[in-house]
Amino acid sequence: MNSLITLPLLIPFFTAIILVFFAKNIPVQRWISTIGSISTIIAAVFLAITVYTDGIQTMNLGNWEAPFGITLVSDMTSILLVLTTSLIAFVCLLYSFRSIGKEREEFYYYPSFFFLVLGVNGAFTTGDIFNLFVFFEVMLMASYVLLVLGGTKIQLRETIKYLLVNIISSGLFVMGVAYLYSVVGTLNMAHISLRLHEMGQSGIVTVIAVLFLIVFGIKGALFPLYFWLPGAYYAPPAPVMAMFGALLTKVGIYSIARTYTLFFTQDVGYTHGLLEILAIFTIILGAIGAIAYSDVKKIIIYNIIVAVGVILFGVATFTPESLTGSVFYLIHDMIIKAALFLLIGIIIKVAGTSNLKEMGGLIHRYPGLGWTFFIAALALSGIPPLSGFMGKILIVRAGIDAGNYWGSGIVLLSSLFVLFSVMKIFINGFWGEAREYKQQEKVPVKWLLTAPVILTICAVLYGLGTEALYPIISTAAETLSNPEIYINAVLKE
Amino acid sequence: MEILMSFLIGIIFMSATYLMLSKSLLRIIVGTGLLSHGVHLLLLTMGGLKKGAAPLLGQHAEAYTDPLPQALILTAIVIAFGITALFLVVAYRTYQELGSDNMELMRGKEGNE
Repeated sequence: MNSLITLPLLIPFFTAIILVFFAKNIPVQRWISTIGSISTIIAAVFLAITVYTDGIQTMNLGNWEAPFGITLVSDMTSILLVLTTSLIAFVCLLYSFRSIGKEREEFYYYPSFFFLVLGVNGAFTTGDIFNLFVFFEVMLMASYVLLVLGGTKIQLRETIKYLLVNIISSGLFVMGVAYLYSVVGTLNMAHISLRLHEMGQSGIVTVIAVLFLIVFGIKGALFPLYFWLPGAYYAPPAPVMAMFGALLTKVGIYSIARTYTLFFTQDVGYTHGLLEILAIFTIILGAIGAIAYSDVKKIIIYNIIVAVGVILFGVATFTPESLTGSVFYLIHDMIIKAALFLLIGIIIKVAGTSNLKEMGGLIHRYPGLGWTFFIAALALSGIPPLSGFMGKILIVRAGIDAGNYWGSGIVLLSSLFVLFSVMKIFINGFWGEAREYKQQEKVPVKWLLTAPVILTICAVLYGLGTEALYPIISTAAETLSNPEIYINAVLKE
Repeated sequence: MEILMSFLIGIIFMSATYLMLSKSLLRIIVGTGLLSHGVHLLLLTMGGLKKGAAPLLGQHAEAYTDPLPQALILTAIVIAFGITALFLVVAYRTYQELGSDNMELMRGKEGNE
């Protein structure tokens, strides 16, 4: 059944709509959102199995033939990302039940949450460039609301900045679509790719490629365009922060990966060369930020920027091996960033501060929290049996094979700084003498801890099961490195 | 005609950029409004400004104008409208809570409340 593709979009959509009617009834909201979230995961798993056995799934909405209507396309990359998104959404939801607080829950927190999931899943699944813009806006609109919900001063201030930056980048996105439409005269991604390949190399296409890089670079926090991210991600509460950190920037990265593997493959020397330079600078700047701060939130926020750089370095190298590495690392990073944000949410709750200098000795009282954080930190930096290893090794090896020793060296070195930055949290926060905290009572963290523990277990299994996952993920990368597969699946000639 | 429109859109973008770089929050919002006007006009222009009937089949014309950019603009207009409404409300709340519309004063250090 091809209409299976729509389920990861329709389930969050209808869940959100139903939730609007039960705004004041919190238990009902929680039940409905749990059911909605679990059924999204189940639908995504079924779709993943279908894509694995039968190849790329496409669906023309309203039975209009491919270039004329909107096509939804689910290849291996997009379904893996949809599956990861649904899983992270479920875990963040579990965490929200315990931590978000009644006053936020009563004011449409869960509907906004599901609209965010809808936007992200839609952006991963769509096969139409303007539809991608619309799903971006669905996602961003939900993220504005989640960011400002609660209305504290810091949230209001940062929402203004986040809104302004995203309005500008959305304006640029529409500009990019307008230019692209005037060049190729179509909006379907496969058809655009076909037309661009027929046209061959021309200057205007390169200009549009760079414009798209700017647009998605703002969404995905690439080097000169990441300035908005540290402030905006600092403001919201922990589960919202985890959703943002795990999903929003990754949609930008996915869009860069999609457009740079499908559309702009004519003048690779310039466009991918530019992407490579920006990716390396992103890694360097992120690493500097990660070691500079002694605030736990800031450290993890700058680690997002490092990971963005690493993934895009793999995309810029543009060989099948490096793309496999990028997809590996992208999924790993979504899982582990969500886990880390939820963990530091708990740390801040028990310590009553986010400043590392005022913490210490948490492991005496909270051993479970401490060791989960330790494993998550090792997984983040890519210690071999855990999840971050395989992606990075593939990216580095492909970089060296392509003769880019400097870039690969910086990717390797960045692991060291990432490890240093998270170990700084572990050593200063968990070791040492137990400090006096505001709450003398032991804060009950068992329930809150289940959410990050689930994600950490996923990360460990993802690392241990590399052998089993490798064929799946190399299929995903094969579609990326070979646009013909995608075009033939959509246009069915 | 396209040339003239391009100049016009360029001027709109120029004014929008200038306004968005100013200190007052309301000027910034006016700037975003101008930006979306410019972007929508650009979509219309880039679709081509050839002569033709309005895209209504009842007109029975030889040639029609391109209906696709018009649909895109309509979508983009309502999205921009929704976001501008939210932006205005957030700006109003911010003025009430922080007591200022000056972006210079809205800097704030790490998580100060």
